[in-house]
Amino acid sequence: MIPQDLPVITQEAPVLDWWLLAPLLTLFGGAMLAVLFEAFVPAARRRLLQIGVAALSLLATFVLIVLQVGSLPDGQAGVTVGVGSLAVDRTVLFFQGTIAVLALVSLLLIAERRDGRDAFAAQAAAVPGSEEERAHILAGTQHTEIYPLVLFAVLGMLMFPASNDFLTMFIALEVMSLPLYLMCGLARRRRLFSQEAAVKYFLLGAFSSAFFLFGAAMVYGYAGSVNFGEVRAAVENGGAAIFQDGDGRALLLMGIGLVAVGLLFKVGAVPFHNWKPDVYQGAPTPVTALMASCTLVAAFGALLRVFFVPFGGSAGDWEPALWIVAVLTMVVAAIVAVSQRDIKRLLAYSSVVHAGFILTAVVAGSTDGLAGAMFYLAAYGFTTLGAFAVVTLVRTADGGQEQGDLDRWAGLGRRHPLLAGALALFLLAFAGIPLTSGFIGKFAVFQAAVAAGATPLVVVGVLSSAVTAFFYVRIIVVMFFRDPEADGHTVVRAGAATGGVIAIGVAATLLLGVYPGPVLDNLLPSPDGSQEPVSVMVDQASTEAG
Amino acid sequence: MAVQHHTHLAAETGTAVAADGAVLSNAWLLVALPLVGAAVLLLGGKRTDSWGHLLATALPVGSFVWALLILFDLLGRAEDARSVSVPVYEWFSVGTFNVGVDLLVDPLSISFVLLITFVGSLIHVYSIGYMSHDPGRRRFFAYLNLFVAAMLVLVLADNFALLFLGWEGVGLASYLLIGFWQYKPSAAAAAKKAFVINRVGDMGLLAAIMIMFTALGAVSFSEVFAAVPGAGNGVLVAIGLCLLLGACGKSAQLPLQAWLLDAMEGPTPVSALIHAATMVTAGVYLIVRAGPVFEAAPAAQTTVAVVGAATMLAGGIIASAKDDIKKSLAGSTMSQIGMMVLAAGLGPVGYVAAIAHLITHGFFKAGLFLGAGSVMHAMDDGVDMRRYGGLARVMPVTFATFGLGYLAIIGVPLLSGWWTKESIITEAFGVGGTQGMVLGSAIIVGAGLTAFYMSRMFFMTFLGEKRWDEGVHPHESPVSMTAPMVVLSIGSVFLGAFLVFGDRFANFLAPAIGAQPHHFDLAHAFTSPYGLAALGVLVVGVAAAWAVYLRRPVARTAPEGNPVTVAASRELYGNEINEGLFVGPGRVLTRALVVIEEKVIDGVVNGLGAGVRDSSRGLGRAQTGFARSYALTMLFGAVIVAATLVVRL
Repeated sequence: MIPQDLPVITQEAPVLDWWLLAPLLTLFGGAMLAVLFEAFVPAARRRLLQIGVAALSLLATFVLIVLQVGSLPDGQAGVTVGVGSLAVDRTVLFFQGTIAVLALVSLLLIAERRDGRDAFAAQAAAVPGSEEERAHILAGTQHTEIYPLVLFAVLGMLMFPASNDFLTMFIALEVMSLPLYLMCGLARRRRLFSQEAAVKYFLLGAFSSAFFLFGAAMVYGYAGSVNFGEVRAAVENGGAAIFQDGDGRALLLMGIGLVAVGLLFKVGAVPFHNWKPDVYQGAPTPVTALMASCTLVAAFGALLRVFFVPFGGSAGDWEPALWIVAVLTMVVAAIVAVSQRDIKRLLAYSSVVHAGFILTAVVAGSTDGLAGAMFYLAAYGFTTLGAFAVVTLVRTADGGQEQGDLDRWAGLGRRHPLLAGALALFLLAFAGIPLTSGFIGKFAVFQAAVAAGATPLVVVGVLSSAVTAFFYVRIIVVMFFRDPEADGHTVVRAGAATGGVIAIGVAATLLLGVYPGPVLDNLLPSPDGSQEPVSVMVDQASTEAG
Repeated sequence: MAVQHHTHLAAETGTAVAADGAVLSNAWLLVALPLVGAAVLLLGGKRTDSWGHLLATALPVGSFVWALLILFDLLGRAEDARSVSVPVYEWFSVGTFNVGVDLLVDPLSISFVLLITFVGSLIHVYSIGYMSHDPGRRRFFAYLNLFVAAMLVLVLADNFALLFLGWEGVGLASYLLIGFWQYKPSAAAAAKKAFVINRVGDMGLLAAIMIMFTALGAVSFSEVFAAVPGAGNGVLVAIGLCLLLGACGKSAQLPLQAWLLDAMEGPTPVSALIHAATMVTAGVYLIVRAGPVFEAAPAAQTTVAVVGAATMLAGGIIASAKDDIKKSLAGSTMSQIGMMVLAAGLGPVGYVAAIAHLITHGFFKAGLFLGAGSVMHAMDDGVDMRRYGGLARVMPVTFATFGLGYLAIIGVPLLSGWWTKESIITEAFGVGGTQGMVLGSAIIVGAGLTAFYMSRMFFMTFLGEKRWDEGVHPHESPVSMTAPMVVLSIGSVFLGAFLVFGDRFANFLAPAIGAQPHHFDLAHAFTSPYGLAALGVLVVGVAAAWAVYLRRPVARTAPEGNPVTVAASRELYGNEINEGLFVGPGRVLTRALVVIEEKVIDGVVNGLGAGVRDSSRGLGRAQTGFARSYALTMLFGAVIVAATLVVRL
């Protein structure tokens, strides 16, 4: 089908609202600056400069996002900018702000150094085990490219949930993913393992992108537009004008399915989760922390937007599919996690199970579900960052690489009660024990799902929680109630940065658990539950700011 | 945490008025101060070793001062405006669910707050001296602060759910403090025992809360009590009995009494604060607070009185046979709390008497425990009264303060204990009928037992010959320990008269708990038959103790005794009964569960896990690291997603 009425190209340049674009542009500017520094500043002076640029641009981005909350028009869900390609509403700003803060905290982990070395390979291009690699290690070479890569990835993450058409969303997806693929392969130790993870992530990521793009094409075929607002209007009117009596539904359904696969891959739902354990384990732990927190928030932000805005009108069509995926995710990941012995793989499966819990809120399809998912993601982000920060400190007996084997963590609680106590708190939050943020988050999403009539899903969720609680508690038991082994593990002293990440994780986990009100009550403009989610998200191109 | 629907909020018919003024609206400070202390000491680590105990002592004092301010604020209000609800914060609100934390400040709760913070502060001061050489002093003070905070949550809660949080909090603090000297196997075992028995009681309280939530649709005091008139008798009796079970666990009432005597393994200040003055009275508080439920369920109320009477007598008998000074005092505590529970089982007429006795008992029993601690301090931690004797001369301050507490508890006229015990006796006989006669007589018998075992303790410890072990050189304790004892002994002498004479306390408390204040008639107390009977058994009890333990020399080892004394010294076989009732079946249950767990649950879990692993291997060796197989899995998933969508065509 070749569109008959190609749009007339106008002479006028589009009017852009620079203020609303400022956060993205700031981060983009920071990233470009970092690239320039990488090219022109001598290696010896680069690191501090790059950390400074990264931290400042993330901080400035966060401040701008916060300032924008105040400048949202009253009585309106939000506005779109950039010729309808990006949306700015409260949900978007919440996700963006959360991502910016989590990225700042992750940056602390990424920048942490021990014995003058950070967690990344001396020269990623050198073949592992080669003479060249040895020479670089001896010379003390360090990659500082990680910082511009982080900035670009975060830029993609900020765009991802804000995208208001499928093409922008695809670009955001790639901007976010490509740097992540690279970063996964940069581990200083067990480099082959790390590179393997990166290649796998790249291949599967490309595969899933293809699904997404193919789906977007089908939706375009159905709606005659990639703009979310117009797609929604088309879905409600039975497709583009060329279709009659709903004979284009097959295109729409396949489009929804394929786009869903692409997005479900990014959040790591079963059966699109296979990459997560391998990649989380192989990637340098600070990068894993960044992925586990920021990427998950961004991916769910995009997923919520796609299912609530363009596909919001055909919820009856996609809900059964998401039911199945949510149940599979909660059940399979929880059961497989029981037999895991490696802490990073376990946290990866834990992340998959959490994705299943959040999917129940997506299935709910209500404002309460949206708010619950938003809270859950923020709470989980901080907790998981703290958990991975602890992982970076527990090393093998010779103090070299991280000790992944949980059985060898025996007695950690006796030797390092504070560290093990912090991890125990994070695990209890993952398990959803009251007075931690995890409880409030779970309660919020399950409550929304029950209110929306998805009680069976919640029953599965609660059962799955019980299974996950088993393996979280088992770690606590190993840490506190087993005698330490002689060569089990050593704990390196927490530097200020890592210690700071753990402290922030503990504070956020407790604060959001004990006093979640200020966050929970202000997520969305109207908490009375009467509004459909699409009305709290921008869904039309006509509200363009300018 | 009141779990309630918004819709219920509008229908709320509580009598509590909203908080106004800085003093009342900041009532959360009462809890926050000791909580901060616990957090600072536990998280601060060794850095706080040098000053932590001083901070931990100052903070409950701060709470006490704030409680005094609140008391004066309440006294300045009209009688019907003294029940004040203080919203602290909304924990979270999701959809139509609203879960908030509210405090209830009324004469009942503030009486408890004053007792807890005042006695608690004194015991903190005492502990500075008592624990000065203990390497775990910081941890000890942190736990004490934690206890004070949890106890204040318990009595200040505006609903049963928050009360339960405090209830569990004091249980935790009690567990940590009983087992404080973990290196002693007996202490660790005692902590475990207290923990397990308390779980049984906690299950009762939890069950009561669940029944309230399902049957009455609310857990906040005002809503539950408002729903009581419309509820069926069966539901109310069930709630009442479950609450009573909870009270029995915490207050060491039959049949859940066995942990209290073992709990004496904890440091003595702990015994004084938690296992005499405050935590163990939580059951009495619960029964009085839930008064409207019990009044509507007479069967449950009668059970309360019977349990109280039985425990009172059993405690007295146990206390008479124990040679360990702290265990004897623990038996006495059981007995005295039994008397309070009995009074609380009399209905609204008994509430004021029960709470008044609870407060005076808090003073003299804490004083007695601190005195016992002082004696143990002097006797190289020896607790066997048969190795004491003649300590009056070497420990004059301890002798005097302990003596005043002793005279107060046995009910010497015009001392604290006499006023409040007379009130309970009056109210019990006032009920009339057979019930009144039986319960009143039981209290008189209990009073006789009290006179006997306390005289026995006093004579064996301070009078008579020296029966000290070799190498023991008793000395008076430092002033940080004697000063709190002096303060408490002043309370033992005058507090009862202050509260009861002129009906001060009755007029303050009665309206808040829906009771009519009864006038205490001083002349009647000396002329009525049961007043005279109480004086009679007092004389008999003291004389009997004098004849056995002072006139004749006391053997340094316990005589073999007859079946009665053996039974008494073995705590009336409470442990054996528990063993049979709970431990045995519990073990069988546990074993059965282990078998089920190993054979069934593990089998299922392992089977499922293996099944999932196998099936994922079958689906292209899913998690073995080949990207191609992962892609295949994804394709498989895409097919599922597509299939569920295509059926919508």
